[in-house]
Amino acid sequence: MKIAVLVKQTPDTETKPKITADKKRLEEGEIKFVMNPYDEFAVEEALKTKEKIGGDSAVTVFSLGPDRVVESIRTALAMGADTGVHVWDAALDGTDSYGTATALAAALKKSGFDVVFCGKQAIDGDFAQVNSRVAELLNVPQLNLVTKLDLSASGGKAERRVEGGEELIEFSLPAVISCEKGLNEPRYASLPGIMKAKKKPVEKWDLAALGLSAADVTPRLVVQEIRIPEQKRRGVKLTGEVTDTVPKLVKALREEAKII
Amino acid sequence: MADKDILIVAEQRGGNIRKISYELAGIGGELAKKTGGELVAVVIGDGISAAAAQLGKYGVKKVLAADDAAFKLYSSEGYVAAAAKAVEKVQPGIVLTGASAMGRDLSARLAQRLKTGLVTDSVGLDIVNGKLQGIRPALSGKIQMVVSIPDAVPQIASVRPNVFNVPAQSGGDAPVEKLDHGVTAAGIRAKVTELRASAGAKADLTEAERIVSGGRALKEAANFKILDALADVIGATVGASRAAVDSGYAPHTMQIGQTGKVVNPTLYLGFGISGAIQHLAGMRTSKVIVAVNKDPDAPIWQIADYGIVDDLFKVVPAMTDEFKKLLAQA
Repeated sequence: MKIAVLVKQTPDTETKPKITADKKRLEEGEIKFVMNPYDEFAVEEALKTKEKIGGDSAVTVFSLGPDRVVESIRTALAMGADTGVHVWDAALDGTDSYGTATALAAALKKSGFDVVFCGKQAIDGDFAQVNSRVAELLNVPQLNLVTKLDLSASGGKAERRVEGGEELIEFSLPAVISCEKGLNEPRYASLPGIMKAKKKPVEKWDLAALGLSAADVTPRLVVQEIRIPEQKRRGVKLTGEVTDTVPKLVKALREEAKII
Repeated sequence: MADKDILIVAEQRGGNIRKISYELAGIGGELAKKTGGELVAVVIGDGISAAAAQLGKYGVKKVLAADDAAFKLYSSEGYVAAAAKAVEKVQPGIVLTGASAMGRDLSARLAQRLKTGLVTDSVGLDIVNGKLQGIRPALSGKIQMVVSIPDAVPQIASVRPNVFNVPAQSGGDAPVEKLDHGVTAAGIRAKVTELRASAGAKADLTEAERIVSGGRALKEAANFKILDALADVIGATVGASRAAVDSGYAPHTMQIGQTGKVVNPTLYLGFGISGAIQHLAGMRTSKVIVAVNKDPDAPIWQIADYGIVDDLFKVVPAMTDEFKKLLAQA
């Protein structure tokens, strides 16, 4: 089985954002980059699938971004993935979900796939679009927010999280599956794994290699401005006896905040 | 002119129109006033035509109903095909969906089918220079992006639940027209076979107006029942911090935060929540934030509107009683 995983390199969760002077991007200088946390579930599920299906199954990791993203590909290889594909081109700089999905779908078609795993969303953009866009471009079914998965060579059953419960889904392969926290426990890369990863092949494909032109990846969504949201909070901090503070607080919620 | 029209993709479950659909009607109506177009809705489901008509009371001028047994439960391919047919029929300039689980799934695939852009999880929408402009959170809410779709049509946006107001009802039902959707069960390769509801009838955290949340200071799972009691009195849904979930005091479905659920209630009460960045990412847009924490220096105080520096085990029962008294008067 040809198992594909899409990973993105994102700022780590502690990042305090700094915005560029043109107000359109994040300053990258001091950011610590990591594999998007949700993509770890995707890599783990890909490896579990390889172990379950066996035979000549192999896991290929794809990532789109500048050269620094190869580090995240190596992390996935260290966890146990077999080969990597680094997709990048100057024309992809500043692209959006549309452009990213177009390039990744082309890479998946070029490489061949039976199932594609990815995280439910990337924690920088929080768009959660690439998954479904890739599925549409590949003309395969999509399963998003998967919390449970039972996969065989031809298809399977999954559970996905919705408001107030779960949807149980039956599906056929090939498909794109995006992973929600709780699906599995991602393994740590072992030291031998890290050493082996250095020798595993990582190909680099630009737009020409993918049979695409710059026009094919023109973004549909344009950023006018990025800003840090202002938040003015009242900051009323009560101390003292519970018989005093609780009535005061509840009264304020009714009369001042008018919220109850 | 069709390109001034706004099409909303209303949501239903089990034949009932979901609240997000009324929120869509609200913001959709405001945008339609600015573009000078009409507000139209498409409802996809089984046996939903009658329920769909009531959208007229919320400002929708016409409803297209994709009413078919094939739509009884959700499927990405089935619902996207029906929505695409509605777009083909109406030719709107703007399409709005909810940013619910279904809405996010549908809007992204629909946007790609139509080769257009999508503003995910909008918290603000306006018409600027004739084009849709959206405000949306990113980087777990630490930044806001102001975005637009300058060239592609239609412009699609998914709308965060609980942000836009439900308009007051007025007028009567909207005319409902059957949509020729062209979907067959055979064309659906991933289908929901069952919708399994979680125990408890409370609103989902992501859509709750009021939330009571507990941190690791709750000390054990059994102690969460004091929060349940408070939540019952004020009609809130109970959530938890990652620390509480990781310690086994609450299931992951209750987790609020960067790797849990993002919530947007009018009232958020956090008990023993320290205010780690990753937790704030999940609730910082709450309209009113109340904190109860023993530690006067906890980071939560920086974003609290009101709070009490004290032991939550003393405060929670007292607060439950006080709210009971207050709500009995009203």
